[in-house]
Amino acid sequence: MKFKSVLSGVLLAFGFGTVAFAADVKVGFVYVGPVGDYGWTYEHNEGRLAVEEHFGDRVETIYQESVAYGADAERVINTMAMQGADLIFTTSFGYMDPTISAAKKFPNVKFEHATGFKLADNVSTYSGRFYEGRAIQGHIAGKMTKTNKIGYIGSYPIPEVVRGINSAYLHAKKVNPDVEFNIIWIYTWFDPAKEADAAKALIDQGADVILQHTDSTAPQAAAQQAGNVISFGQASDMADYKPFPRVSSIIDDWAPYYIARTQAVLDGTWESTSTWDGIGPGMVSIGEITDAVPADVKAEALAMRDAIANGTYHPFTGPIKKQDGSDWLAAGETADDGTLLGMKFYVEGITGKVPE
Amino acid sequence: MIRLEKRRNISKFWTTVTPVIAVFLTMSFGGLMFGLLLGDFSSAFGAIKLIFWDPLFDENFASYARPQLLVKAGPIILIAIGLSIGFKAGIWNIGAEGQYILGAIFGASVALSLYPQESVLIFPAMILAGALGGFIWALIPALLKVYFKTNEILVSLMLVYVAENILASVSQGLLRNPEGMGLPGSRNLKDYPSAHNSEILVNSGMHWGVLTAFLAVILAYFLFLKHQKGYEIRIAGEAPKAAYFAGINPSKTIIFCMGMSGLLAGMAGLFEVAGPAGQITMSFNSGYGFTAIIVAFLGRLNPLGILLAGLLMALTYIGGEIAQLMLGLPGASIQLLQGMLLFFLLATDIFTNYRIKSRGS
Repeated sequence: MKFKSVLSGVLLAFGFGTVAFAADVKVGFVYVGPVGDYGWTYEHNEGRLAVEEHFGDRVETIYQESVAYGADAERVINTMAMQGADLIFTTSFGYMDPTISAAKKFPNVKFEHATGFKLADNVSTYSGRFYEGRAIQGHIAGKMTKTNKIGYIGSYPIPEVVRGINSAYLHAKKVNPDVEFNIIWIYTWFDPAKEADAAKALIDQGADVILQHTDSTAPQAAAQQAGNVISFGQASDMADYKPFPRVSSIIDDWAPYYIARTQAVLDGTWESTSTWDGIGPGMVSIGEITDAVPADVKAEALAMRDAIANGTYHPFTGPIKKQDGSDWLAAGETADDGTLLGMKFYVEGITGKVPE
Repeated sequence: MIRLEKRRNISKFWTTVTPVIAVFLTMSFGGLMFGLLLGDFSSAFGAIKLIFWDPLFDENFASYARPQLLVKAGPIILIAIGLSIGFKAGIWNIGAEGQYILGAIFGASVALSLYPQESVLIFPAMILAGALGGFIWALIPALLKVYFKTNEILVSLMLVYVAENILASVSQGLLRNPEGMGLPGSRNLKDYPSAHNSEILVNSGMHWGVLTAFLAVILAYFLFLKHQKGYEIRIAGEAPKAAYFAGINPSKTIIFCMGMSGLLAGMAGLFEVAGPAGQITMSFNSGYGFTAIIVAFLGRLNPLGILLAGLLMALTYIGGEIAQLMLGLPGASIQLLQGMLLFFLLATDIFTNYRIKSRGS
């Protein structure tokens, strides 16, 4: 595949025609970080490689790494469409408006935007219910912390991240009423230096668990250096830090979705949809819980995973109050997707405010 | 044995020729790198051609890439021209990125507060507000330098981080799109005709900011060639003592230089937010303020040089993207190529100040 794309590029460069070989469908991927972040972008790229593997010569993929939000994103998406991409996955929240804008210009190209909410005839959205994984993290974190202080590295205060914090907090609090969350916002998805600084600051303030909603492994390295701090792989398994500090992980598995959507374009059955899948359908999975976690805690965590997967347990089940003390969910009531997708409030007990 | 001998005067010939040599060396070593990466040296030439030639002349790419080149180069050139005024006077404004952000916030605020009224006066008012935002942000380090002798490099750089925090705050609060489901980011100004910095000619890439950048190049050229103020600035930079005794007020020079660079950076921010970017978001700024510092020096602080350097820099971005897409080259290899360009420019710069003498051993 690689040889072919090199060859076609060279032929093109020398002006031997526009298309040196013809795949049935060309699929483009726009990444917010480098494919080597071993987190969010790494998993999307694994999905891309799975598409190549699955379809062989029928599908060609192209990608662009570290694409900044705004004008750069729009240019990259447009360029891909003009290079003949039939299906383009834009894999970060900030690509929402550029994706919609490009979709207007290229009505025959199909677009798939990850984690957003704007749809069009040729734009679908897709995301994982990462908060399901956060519930399991919160349980393990609440059981294992000795200082009762949990550090949380937030990227941007958007609903996806706030939801994760609330889910982790609720489940940590349930097993450990003394637990406190300390949240640092760093306003980037991928910046190893900032992520490491945030992790160190949280550890200095007494945290012995680090949860991250950023894409690099820098917080894992900071936890490892501290020696007595546990961490969780984010978006990817981050298995290099097993069995300690990384005691488990949330893994995003995009491959089945990417293959299915590519197949739909091949078959001509692609339609605009909005997909939000969790542990059950397999878009989110829980990475190995290592032996650093006591056996009973591990068993509880796995039981929770299975209950979420088969639909018998929803991580946001009432009674839950909002941070200001007002009622959110009555006993037994579960949160609706609309509220979750727009979540901009903390649940009761979290200190600090969602940045405004 | 070879030794270097300092020239009495800077060589005009080498000043012009060294950038060309640097580009040639970058292409050669870049090609070598791409050949190693791809494991196939016959494709190395193709990669170089994709980056430096195809965006301009290939029929498949040029029609889209040429306008994009202007869109990318416009703000960089506009900021770099402003910075070069200060750099010539030995005043180091490193915080153009922050002034760019404030310009965007000020300008967008005017539009967002008037939404959805339509008037031809809105866009000019936004430009003024954008310029004012950048100007005020640059005035802080200027006044602190004048009155308290603080270091403008540090203050202007630190104010970038303050500006980034203000940007994050207004994206989620003051300027947030009320119809955006509570998510950060303002309304998209592309959907607001009176505020949209649209292309002057369709599909030309030429929006008002690009036009302003070209105008700034011309004005800067006359400022330094013909105008008394340009002369004063040069003297202040080259011989501060002489400038002082000639009655050139250093405080006024500081305020003028910082203010001008802030003003142009602010305008660049406004044109970007009202045009290509469309909205205020937490990650609106993408480093143009820092890239412009490099471009200012690449262009040797000469307005025409900055114009060419800005276009060349934009070419490496646009062409680099095409090469990534076509050949699957890693993004970091394009940054390495940009790094090579700067490295070779600085390395060959020695010929402008020194001549090589050889003598028998």
